[in-house]
Amino acid sequence: MTVVDDFAQGSERTPISACPACAAAPSAERIAAMRADRDGRIMLSLPLAHCAACISTVEAALSAVPGVRSARVNLTRKRVSVEAASDVTPAHLIAVLAGEGQEAHELDPGLLSTTETDRQGRELLMRLGVAFFSMMNVMLLSVAVWSGAEDATRDLFHWISAAIALPTVIFAGQPFFKSAWASLRVGRLGMDVPISLALILASAISVYETWMSGHHAYFDAAVMLAFFLLLGRYLDHRTRAIARSAAEELAALEVPRAFVLVNGVEVETAISLVIAGDTVLVRPGARMPVDGVVLSGASEVDRSLLTGESLPVQAAPGAVVSAGEVNLTGPLTLRVTAAGKDSSLHRMADLVAVAEGAKTRYTSLAERAASLYSPLVHVLSFSAFGYWLWATGGDVRYAINISAAVLIITCPCALGLAVPAVITSASGKLFRKGLLIKHGTALERLAEVDTVVFDKTGTLTLGVPEPVALADHPPHALALAAALAAGSSHPLARALADGAVALGVQVAAVTGIREVPGYGIEGQWQGMHVRLGRADWCEAEALAQTATYLAVDGQTHAFAFTDRPRPGAFEAVAALKAAGMTVEMLSGDAEAPVRDLAERLGIANWTAGVLPAEKAARVAELSAQGRRVLMVGDGLNDTAALAAAHVSISPATALDAARVASDIVLLGQDMAPIADAVRIGRQSARRIVENFVISGGYNVVAVPLALVGLATPLAAALAMSLSSITVSLNAMRLK
Amino acid sequence: MEILVILIPVSLFLGGIGLAAFFWAMKTKQFDDPEGDAQRILTKEFDDKPRQ
Repeated sequence: MTVVDDFAQGSERTPISACPACAAAPSAERIAAMRADRDGRIMLSLPLAHCAACISTVEAALSAVPGVRSARVNLTRKRVSVEAASDVTPAHLIAVLAGEGQEAHELDPGLLSTTETDRQGRELLMRLGVAFFSMMNVMLLSVAVWSGAEDATRDLFHWISAAIALPTVIFAGQPFFKSAWASLRVGRLGMDVPISLALILASAISVYETWMSGHHAYFDAAVMLAFFLLLGRYLDHRTRAIARSAAEELAALEVPRAFVLVNGVEVETAISLVIAGDTVLVRPGARMPVDGVVLSGASEVDRSLLTGESLPVQAAPGAVVSAGEVNLTGPLTLRVTAAGKDSSLHRMADLVAVAEGAKTRYTSLAERAASLYSPLVHVLSFSAFGYWLWATGGDVRYAINISAAVLIITCPCALGLAVPAVITSASGKLFRKGLLIKHGTALERLAEVDTVVFDKTGTLTLGVPEPVALADHPPHALALAAALAAGSSHPLARALADGAVALGVQVAAVTGIREVPGYGIEGQWQGMHVRLGRADWCEAEALAQTATYLAVDGQTHAFAFTDRPRPGAFEAVAALKAAGMTVEMLSGDAEAPVRDLAERLGIANWTAGVLPAEKAARVAELSAQGRRVLMVGDGLNDTAALAAAHVSISPATALDAARVASDIVLLGQDMAPIADAVRIGRQSARRIVENFVISGGYNVVAVPLALVGLATPLAAALAMSLSSITVSLNAMRLK
Repeated sequence: MEILVILIPVSLFLGGIGLAAFFWAMKTKQFDDPEGDAQRILTKEFDDKPRQ
């Protein structure tokens, strides 16, 4: 079968020379460029893969496909990477995997390239490993010194420590030196300045003391400092890398492809290569890749992601469609008016970028702590230096020793771990519940939220219609409607047919059933002409809510639909209200469905028919009143509001632009984790503050000792490791 | 205390082996798919050489 397929595709793809004289046709080079964009590497996402059997099934099935050179599953990332000849299509591989019972989705390898080689993470891990090795060896020698090694032995141990510690500090300390230098250059005193100073001063003082056969050297403190701080950095980086790779995976799922008609033949093309004036074919069920005008075909389009309307709109030749809308019933041929960066989808996404840039930058707890802490440490250390210089009558060596001890002891080992440890633990917990934290300070901001604003279509609802009170309709109408609905794949028809099956309706014997794309389904029943479809086509009076209409012999009957609430929506709203928050719903949909859902979920404040700009304005108004708003939305009409809110959540089914604008992505269908997110957000903000208090507490005890000159390297090592461990343990208490 | 002359280099050498092993593991991407590697040992289809 594959051979036949390949052959058919191959023959379809060589029409270039068939019409060389066509001046209007795109040049052969352009067609060649369109095809060349797909290289031999295919990435597929495997959301259900979880075991050893899955790995071997997938790899064996893919390797058996002709043209596939190798297939390797990565179970951690739940994807498979396939090296194959250029004529192997992802769609074919997905079909092969579906035959093996494995769900697979195509990923855009271009968008994934950054997560494939996490160079920064690998470098950090390398430095961490080196710091750990040195810490262990230097500590071994330091313990010998502390337990009483004297004279030549002590000096030898110090020299060996120096030989290990100095290269380590130079290699492992680079991230800190670099960022300290960067912050000094712009005249700011970041957390990395005292860190770098402590590392350099501790190493320099220790070398000098070793040279002079002194008693105290701080080599162990220097490498330990580097190790603990790198650990904090690495945790921080890993949390962000996991979130980023998952977010990229969501983006990569929407492979930007369009079917361009070249001389009447379909060519699969990257959207970036489509230009205005091209002719594009959009199949039923697909999303419009570009803005355009319908040339031929009749269908209905779903605009809910762009406007929030739940009722599909008719599309006939001459109709204008925008990128992002979904084609429902019939194939449409479009003439492209704007593609890529000029399309309305992209322009809206750009607006979001502007809104995000204008958003007042949130100062995180860590930044606030650093802005307080860095100047204090420097002042303490310098005043200790000045005082002891004066008190000892000019003993520079002693004074520098004291001020270095102060810097080392106050150095924010625990402070550097305080935030990353909590965030890592909290985002891990939320990830298991199906929430992806995209932004580092999202949890802290979530903790401050007191008002929640929901969008309706696609957020509180699934965007899947459900017939209203189907059993109350007259049986003969139901029987007819069920028979007609079974002949279409339109969402309303499918919902009606499924509902009728669930009720056990006896389907009427309708003959000659035929779908009229864009209008409905018609057929013959007992010699009468019957239709199911749009109100105007059935000559019925349109209802205010989503409905489909049945026409029998001049009589009409309406079937109303409502959007099914998302599972967990009721629990989430109830839990948020129980936590003392104000819940509001803003929807671009008509009043009837909005009121209906608000009553079902118990939301008192709701507004229907809201324009995108009005949503953002409402969020801004609430913020101006001093409220901290959590916005939950999925459509393009929500993106401005998502960007303007204090913190925002969007479901994974949301449009790309909406996901980019939000801080947290809800991966599953269930909405209940949103309430958990708020609870865990509050808890982790509390843990972060506790961690600051703990590390501050150690300093309150240790700094006076250092100031009066009683701090030994042993005391410094104890304070440093104890506070780091306590802080990490406290972070793990999150539930 | 002459034993130190032997013991210290030995301990450094042993630690160095650990560090080198860690570097090798990083460079050959042993940490890229920990979950998959843990599961792969359970499959029956093993071969003599790792697949290239």
